[in-house]
Amino acid sequence: MAGAALLGRLTWQPAEVADVVTETPRTKTLVFEVPGWPGHRAGQHVDVRLTAEDGYQAERSYSIASAPDGSRLELTVERLDDGEVSPYLTDELRPGDRIELRGPIGGYFVWELSVGGPVLLVAGGSGIVPLMAMIRTRIAAGSGTEMRLLFSSRSWDDVIYRDELERLAGDAGLVVTHTLTRSQPPGWTGYARRVDAEILREVGPRADERPHVYVCGPTPFVEAVAEALVQLGHEPRMIKTERFGATGG
Amino acid sequence: MDSHMLDGNAVAGLLQEVFALEMTTAIGTCGGCGAREPIGAVRVFRGAGVVLRCPHCDHTLATIVRTAGDIRISLAGVRTLEIST
Amino acid sequence: MAHDSSFVSRGFHGRRRGEADPGRVPPGQYVTPDFPVLSAGPTPHRSLELWNLSIIGEVDETRGWTWEEFSALPTEEITVDIHCVTKWSKLETVWRGVSVDTLLDGIETAAEYVIQYSDGGYTTNLPLEDVTGGKAWIVYEYDGEPLAPEHGGPARMLVPHLYFWKSAKWLRGLRLQSEDDPGFWEVNGYHNYGDPWQEQRYWGD
Repeated sequence: MAGAALLGRLTWQPAEVADVVTETPRTKTLVFEVPGWPGHRAGQHVDVRLTAEDGYQAERSYSIASAPDGSRLELTVERLDDGEVSPYLTDELRPGDRIELRGPIGGYFVWELSVGGPVLLVAGGSGIVPLMAMIRTRIAAGSGTEMRLLFSSRSWDDVIYRDELERLAGDAGLVVTHTLTRSQPPGWTGYARRVDAEILREVGPRADERPHVYVCGPTPFVEAVAEALVQLGHEPRMIKTERFGATGG
Repeated sequence: MDSHMLDGNAVAGLLQEVFALEMTTAIGTCGGCGAREPIGAVRVFRGAGVVLRCPHCDHTLATIVRTAGDIRISLAGVRTLEIST
Repeated sequence: MAHDSSFVSRGFHGRRRGEADPGRVPPGQYVTPDFPVLSAGPTPHRSLELWNLSIIGEVDETRGWTWEEFSALPTEEITVDIHCVTKWSKLETVWRGVSVDTLLDGIETAAEYVIQYSDGGYTTNLPLEDVTGGKAWIVYEYDGEPLAPEHGGPARMLVPHLYFWKSAKWLRGLRLQSEDDPGFWEVNGYHNYGDPWQEQRYWGD
């Protein structure tokens, strides 16, 4: 039903923490069991709601990290030091705890097999989360769709899903390219600067191959990448963006 | 360039709450410059309320204000909204 | 949005919300040490060479100041609490700017209302008496530093007795008129006046 509006009012439902997995020093994956979860598409997100004892509530949106998997849902959360919600999710939540969430939400920033390829995914920091759902969806379907990931992180230790990406990069048709913008490990021969038109041109696909492009990360990152892609000749219509604002989501 | 600016994805949940429809794939025609874009691609600002702006000309497409008892939406800046069925 | 009071997130407290003294903090507000950036549109970047401030409308003579002229006007340091309709209040904020009384000094007008207008198109409306008599300033320093663009620099309005959307960022002028003219947020659901002590947040409150 690509493109068709999905009917239905969103309702809040409880979700139980099944597991908490450390990805990097600042990010954790929360694995939830959500009874009756209707399924989702890669790129969609959920709204999470927390309620304090005095009734105070805070709501935030988090991209779904996992490919559809029954009632199981994964969110990967980056801890923002001055955040109100993320420190609670990354420091406090334990298996057995419950939060409220509603979703899945979104239809524009979505990739599913019927969209096809080639696909270029450009991630800045925690912007990798919805793009990882796309990669995992492709892998789980055994699809041969050509998919390239260009992933900008501050340092090798900050690369979210690093080991999984190394494993998956061997899969036919999936190419992973990193750029590390602040510090690089000894012997690093990869890119060591912010994503620019030159890197995008080298990573490809070319504009005339008409790839579906998905860009996600902090707003300045998305703005710079989208502009560079248009400069390289990619049609704006083929570029979908999700901005995480100033703090990176 | 505003680092705090978001896009239509950020209000997907709010819009679905109001319209009971997935709205980020709906296509809006800007009442200012006539550009057609999916709502997911428009600019979103958070002021006293939420403001949706045309990514081409910054014209105010819509505002959304949540009060204690209702949600007030103005779509005055959108010439037409196309929602596929 | 019904709140199921039985669902509580174990261990979640939210931002440290200071004990709100009802004599100091209006109803429904919480105190924050932060200064959230809230904007209805993109931050305009107006160079000081191209900046000017105007008083126009139903006045005997319109007035205007270049940046050089404006920054030569007598200023005051103002320390006030500010209250945002999105429920945060920030106490003891320190500003420097020119009193609106100074700008209107000697102007003849029968106008009862003033419309603030800004770069980017934002407007907000007030009775003229709410910006005169020592109640409002056009400020260009916050906390001892030039006012940052994201907070309304080069210069913004400061009307601390009302919700902060009544203090326009990126101010370019005041239009005095005998008719009221609801501004950007007023036509889109917010209150026409905005007194935080009577919790006048939304149109109809």
